[in-house]
Amino acid sequence: MKAKNVFVFKTQLSLVESTGLKAKDLAELSRYLKEVPEESIYYHTHHFLQQHQYLTPEPPNDFAYWVTNVLQEDEMGERLAAIDTVSFSSLDSMRQAITGSIDKYLEKAPFLRTAPPAEEFYFMKCILFALPTLYKAGDLGEFLDGLNKVSIGCLYNHIFAARLRTPIGMNDFSYWLKTDLGETELAKSIDKLDPYTYTMEGLRKKIIHLVEKRSGKSDAGP
Amino acid sequence: MPVLDDYEPIVGAQVLDELRLLAKGLGRKKVVHVNSTAVGGGVAEILNRMTPLLNELGVETRWEVIKGGESFYAVTKKIHNALHGDPQGLQEKEYQEFLGVQEENLKNMDLREDIVFIHDPQPVGLIRRKKDAGNRWLWRCHVDVSNPNPGVWNFLRTYVEQYDKAVFSAPVFSQKLSIPQAMICPSIDPLSEKNREMTKSEIDGILERLKIPLDKPIITQVSRFDRLKDPVGVIQAFKRIQKYQEARLLLVGGTADDDPEGAQVLLEVKEAAGNDPDILILLLPPTSHLEINAIQRASTLILQKSLKEGFGLTITEALWKAKPVIAGAVGGIPLQVAHKYSGILTHSVEGTAYWLKQLLQNPRYAKKLGENGREHARQNFLLTRHIRDYLLLFLSLRYPSQYVVDL
Repeated sequence: MKAKNVFVFKTQLSLVESTGLKAKDLAELSRYLKEVPEESIYYHTHHFLQQHQYLTPEPPNDFAYWVTNVLQEDEMGERLAAIDTVSFSSLDSMRQAITGSIDKYLEKAPFLRTAPPAEEFYFMKCILFALPTLYKAGDLGEFLDGLNKVSIGCLYNHIFAARLRTPIGMNDFSYWLKTDLGETELAKSIDKLDPYTYTMEGLRKKIIHLVEKRSGKSDAGP
Repeated sequence: MPVLDDYEPIVGAQVLDELRLLAKGLGRKKVVHVNSTAVGGGVAEILNRMTPLLNELGVETRWEVIKGGESFYAVTKKIHNALHGDPQGLQEKEYQEFLGVQEENLKNMDLREDIVFIHDPQPVGLIRRKKDAGNRWLWRCHVDVSNPNPGVWNFLRTYVEQYDKAVFSAPVFSQKLSIPQAMICPSIDPLSEKNREMTKSEIDGILERLKIPLDKPIITQVSRFDRLKDPVGVIQAFKRIQKYQEARLLLVGGTADDDPEGAQVLLEVKEAAGNDPDILILLLPPTSHLEINAIQRASTLILQKSLKEGFGLTITEALWKAKPVIAGAVGGIPLQVAHKYSGILTHSVEGTAYWLKQLLQNPRYAKKLGENGREHARQNFLLTRHIRDYLLLFLSLRYPSQYVVDL
């Protein structure tokens, strides 16, 4: 079956910039978290997925890593690592969850640990560039072919970045499969995956497996 | 000199495809790089490898070198030290010397390319041409300016803030500025002599020539003999593990003839090593790239117990060779080593000794750290990523204050 609209695989690349802000303790972390632009929240909760995409288990988000390893506030670090990134449909709601969790902890914290000089938390942000690759899909076969060939940055764009882009609220693959190809079940099964628990290559294999299963090309699990 | 396709077996076709797409998106832009030296030093090394590859991608790239006499370089040396915190400032005549050389160079430099990319403080004053040329200017700072001499920094800042964007290697090295600041890490070239793959017989041959026995696990630190690299601390950490573990420590550094302080540190290192036959101190000339490559590849563990560090490219080299590393948590090192994921970060002699013992006794864990480190280096610290970041940087000039760009 041919899709109503061709799916163009786009890759996402980012240029990192400094916000000029740095926090030396949890109180400053919370204060600056409330004022940094959304692209800073996005950077610190997502960039490690691309940078460390080969690791299982993956290191936690930047906030959790810094709070645990530099401030050595283990309880707070654990709470930040457990923040369920997949459950937020906007960066602002994620920001509120993170600051809410820190503020609650601060109410009861007897004293604040301070980061050693040069180990402060530096707030960064990123400029995201989406650019079309050479791969396009008009049906499931071409979609599978593209999935096998595109870069990690491309998968990242369609799975992670897409979910935070309005108004779709779901990954680009599921959206296209559902609306342009009528593959509602396949779309749902991809959307149900928790992408944050896979390495990027693991995620690629899992999606390929689901598509192959639907096309009758595979029965075995990845 | 390698061409882009030579990198395909290392980084994959997709990475090269992305570079080509980005270069196409950029259009036919002309770029000129300006720095202060054509040979020697990390900046020249990177520009030398990168310029032909950018041209191959269709980004017409030139590279110019600023010219100045001895007195100019005496001033720029003072500026360099001041940026590292030396309290000695510059006298008025030294500022005049610095600015005079910028004017002299402007007489012979066109700098009308679409993008002018100035490296480090020496040519920073060339920005005066921007007003006439109406093009885009970038200032790339390869130096750690986190704690500069305020007087010298304020002088430079008046020039830096006339640029469209500044670029630093790591946030910890940067300063608050009124212009946007991109963060772009340096890189290593996986095809250079220092990093290319080597056969076992090649490695064994070099180690035999250098009289390094392979009968015990080798722990290596490659760095000049400088107190900030803490070579004596390395020896102290090694001595703490000797009663539990058979190993050999190798301290590899440059010859110290032209550096009186280096010679003094070398004496201290020799004294700390005493007559221990398991501590080897090796002095190599600065061109010994293949020798360093072989030594790193033959090592079981790599140390970089720095007390202060720039980006720390010796760590990148070790990660790329899939070696487990134990390094001081300073400068750019934490950007490269995520503690217990892609290596180990330490803060003391005791911590270094503890992890030396742990990794020697747990070779499977050490191997996993090394493998993770290699992947981390492959994804983030190779020349192709550096080129990608520069292309994104050039593109970002077209979309000021936009954070999502659909090309």
